[in-house]
Amino acid sequence: MNIPWTPQNIITDRSKSLRALSELPVKKRALVRALCGGKGFASRMGTLGFVPGSIVTMMQNYGRGPVLVLVKNVRVALGRGEARKVLVEQLPEEQGKND
Amino acid sequence: MFITMALAGQPNVGKTTVFNMLTGLSQHVGNWPGKTVEQRTGEYTHAGQIIHLVDLPGTYSLTANSEEERIARDFILRERPDVVIVIINAAALERNLYLVAELLALPVRIVIGLNMMDVAKRHGAEVEPHVLEAALRVPVIPLVATYNQGLYELMDAALCLAKDRVDFAPNRPEIRPAHRPVLEEIRSLIAAKTPFPCPADWAAIKLLEGDAEITEMIRQAVPDEWEHIHALLKQHEDAALDVAGGRYEWIERMVRAAISKPKVGVITFTDRLDQVALHPFLGLVMLTGIFGLVFWLTYTVATPVVDWLDTVVISELAASTRGMLVAAPGWSTSLVVDGLIGGAGTVLVLMPVLIIFFAILGFLEDIGYLARSAYVMDRFMHWMGLHGRSFLPFFIGLGCNVPAVLGARVVGERRARLLTILLIPLVPCTARMAVIAFLAPAFFGERAALVTWGLVTLNIIILALTGIAINRTVFKGEHVAFIMEMPLYHLPNARTIGLFVWNNTWDFIKKAGTIILLFSALVWALAYFPSGHIQTSLLAQLGRWLEPLGQPMGLADWRMIVALLSSFIAKENTIAVLGILYGTESDLGLATQLSGALSPAAALAFLVVQMTFIPCVATMAAIKQEIGWRWTGFSVGLLLLLSLCFGILAYHVAHLVGL
Repeated sequence: MNIPWTPQNIITDRSKSLRALSELPVKKRALVRALCGGKGFASRMGTLGFVPGSIVTMMQNYGRGPVLVLVKNVRVALGRGEARKVLVEQLPEEQGKND
Repeated sequence: MFITMALAGQPNVGKTTVFNMLTGLSQHVGNWPGKTVEQRTGEYTHAGQIIHLVDLPGTYSLTANSEEERIARDFILRERPDVVIVIINAAALERNLYLVAELLALPVRIVIGLNMMDVAKRHGAEVEPHVLEAALRVPVIPLVATYNQGLYELMDAALCLAKDRVDFAPNRPEIRPAHRPVLEEIRSLIAAKTPFPCPADWAAIKLLEGDAEITEMIRQAVPDEWEHIHALLKQHEDAALDVAGGRYEWIERMVRAAISKPKVGVITFTDRLDQVALHPFLGLVMLTGIFGLVFWLTYTVATPVVDWLDTVVISELAASTRGMLVAAPGWSTSLVVDGLIGGAGTVLVLMPVLIIFFAILGFLEDIGYLARSAYVMDRFMHWMGLHGRSFLPFFIGLGCNVPAVLGARVVGERRARLLTILLIPLVPCTARMAVIAFLAPAFFGERAALVTWGLVTLNIIILALTGIAINRTVFKGEHVAFIMEMPLYHLPNARTIGLFVWNNTWDFIKKAGTIILLFSALVWALAYFPSGHIQTSLLAQLGRWLEPLGQPMGLADWRMIVALLSSFIAKENTIAVLGILYGTESDLGLATQLSGALSPAAALAFLVVQMTFIPCVATMAAIKQEIGWRWTGFSVGLLLLLSLCFGILAYHVAHLVGL
């Protein structure tokens, strides 16, 4: 379930509905594809389980303010700015249920 | 043989509970040398062997993203503890094993305490400790720390490892194949020259991960090869996330057999409660309700005890001391009774309020609610360039500003922490509220509740405006990241809360107690010399000299100025000093006299100034300890300016509306 990520991949993947985590609706699942932002940010997020290939589930997203995301079975709150820097690919419903 | 063990673990795994269970009151709380991070050590005796236990800061990893992480890894590398006990949370197994993966890269023996087995089971995730142990080849002991289950076995396993009774040959994580060649190349370049105590293998991985501290260390250690290494790292910038990804792949392999996956889509109790607690509107309502409850509980329970301490214990003590010192010179009796007992009294009288406040705070923290309040407030904190975490010290500040200043350490980023500390004195603490609770009815009678409510609201507005202003000007609106784990809600543990209260209260007594006592003696001297009467003392002269400052807000009475100045020792001193200054003139109660002494507009200005004035000396000492003299000076200047401006403003607005 790990999808290798390289900078080239991102560009080709644009067509495949890559979006910011902050745009992911509640209860939807997605694959983390890339982290934008500095090294420190990527390192902190990677530690918490936001690595390319991880599955995340949006628990709360009211369109403003922070979001709550389930990653590696842990609930992590992210400021909206931080959630914007995580690029994800939304998983279709049926695939989500089987995993 | 002297054995040292370190206790490691990510936040929210029950590590503190384990440490408390093992060490109890033998624990010593201090700071890591030269750092503003709390260090806790303690003793534990197992099978006749005394074990020195060091509680490492809770960290998600060992990459130098924070002060805590640097401390944890430095301790392991430099002090080489005999064993590192890692506590992991069975309900978040994979994320918790990330720290284990990092620890296994260090030259240290580890034992894993698999905690919260009960919580994991309730969430439908069954973990088999033996299977995990076989995969990792590291001892794994199941625990339910809150019920003291498994701790004996854990220490037994740790001691066996420390005494070389068992072999330690763990399964160590490896880097993904794509980056193995570059790792090997870097390793060979730095192998002979990596400074003690870092192993070269580990340093090479940290270089790939972009660890700032190790990068700097290697740059200085191998100046000749640095250009080459730097070029390699530049080429493989994607390695940082790849290393983390590789660790998670390794973890997945380790846990595959040991864990039965929770059913997808199970709505847990935590998720149901979070629907309300984290809701943008309902969450605020809930937070406000909890605030109300906290204050109602604090004051209803504490007030009778405070009154008893004040009227019975302190006055008895003062009276009997006066009796004992009857033969001594007048000034020495006055020093002991008015200065020292008075000063100690202010500390003692505040104790019940603080203990109850800390108990409620410890309770909210232990059940997992405190993190939610940070989440709910995050939106508002962003206005000031802060994020949700800064709300936690503000919350503590409502009890007492001293632990709040120390508590600002949770904020992490230096700049955000600095701003949080600068704003904390504007959070009205219990002592300030006690003054308002006495003076508002004296000045405003039936409208006291409205005035009090208005004053607190005004303080919040001033805090927000000041935060926005400092953020825009001094800090130029830098962005800080809000990333915070929301732990599962769980039942409170009496021992954890008890020790939280004990440590915080004892800390307050040590810090505030000594300083308040010292300054009480100083202010007593100012109020006593040269004449022996406060009306003609140095303090009174100072008050008269400062009278022009009070003029624009209708406070042309030096006694009001002196009362404000004395609040520098401890906020509740204001009432005591007003009592001395006005009390001698007639037999009328202080409240009655005060209501006649000031016009309503001037009284309002006085209360506003009291709420925004410089913090007490104990808070200031804490601020100095945390951010140094320069910023403490800035803080004092800022608060003096604010209290003066808003005092004058309140006076004139009150006049305009016809008060």
